[in-house]
Amino acid sequence: MSFYADHSLRMESRDNILLIHVIGELDHHYCQSARGRIDELYDQSHALHMVFDFSGLNFMDSSAIGLIMGRWQKASLLGGKVILIHVSPRLHSIFSMAGLYRILEEAPDFEAALALTKGE
Amino acid sequence: MDPFFHLEFDSASENEAFARAVVCAFAARLDPTLQELEDIRTAISEAVTNAIIHGYDQQPGTIWMRGCLHDRLLTVSIEDHGVGMEDVPKAMEALYTSRPDLERSGLGFTLMQSFMDSVEVTSVPGGGTIVTMRKRILPPSQDLTDGER
Repeated sequence: MSFYADHSLRMESRDNILLIHVIGELDHHYCQSARGRIDELYDQSHALHMVFDFSGLNFMDSSAIGLIMGRWQKASLLGGKVILIHVSPRLHSIFSMAGLYRILEEAPDFEAALALTKGE
Repeated sequence: MDPFFHLEFDSASENEAFARAVVCAFAARLDPTLQELEDIRTAISEAVTNAIIHGYDQQPGTIWMRGCLHDRLLTVSIEDHGVGMEDVPKAMEALYTSRPDLERSGLGFTLMQSFMDSVEVTSVPGGGTIVTMRKRILPPSQDLTDGER
């Protein structure tokens, strides 16, 4: 199992899923460092899917949408999915505005995300 | 005299969080709702990020931020002396970005326009850009059961 943790990002691989906990304020400054760390662990762990957990999120702006789209491009090349969990109503409306739900899915929690990766 | 502030800071990405915290603290005297504060926070973050990434192309530069309150109308302007824009309407189009290489979503102006009452952009190629945003903060509700406050 692969694992990474700092004060703003916690990640673990479970089976073929990389679970990414975003903590704090997801802005351009945050994305600059998070992008490389996520990609590195995704490659190392040989995970297929990515699940973003937003339960620890305090703030996000459009930089986060770029980060998520970029990870989707990476995962979808391998046939993987990107699933968003613990999405607040505000976050949901921003993601809808961005058209994110045309290409990726949202689930209430990790168990539901896991079911989506299995096509259930 | 109407309340105001003038602030000058360097174009480091750490200052995105600093700038949005300043404006929220400034607006706090109007007792805004959490929703209004989140709207302001996001809009300021977008404008300052644009100045850092596009205005100064992530090179060192100075950003000027000014704010004032007139009754319940908040006005904030964010100014850079960076590269400026040739075509402002194009830059403001949803999903347009000049920097797909940086994984920019092209939604910065769209979010500013969604969350503020007005957004004006003045830009001079080679001279810089000023983004001025306004938002009217609604008077506090008398209803103390309003859980958002």
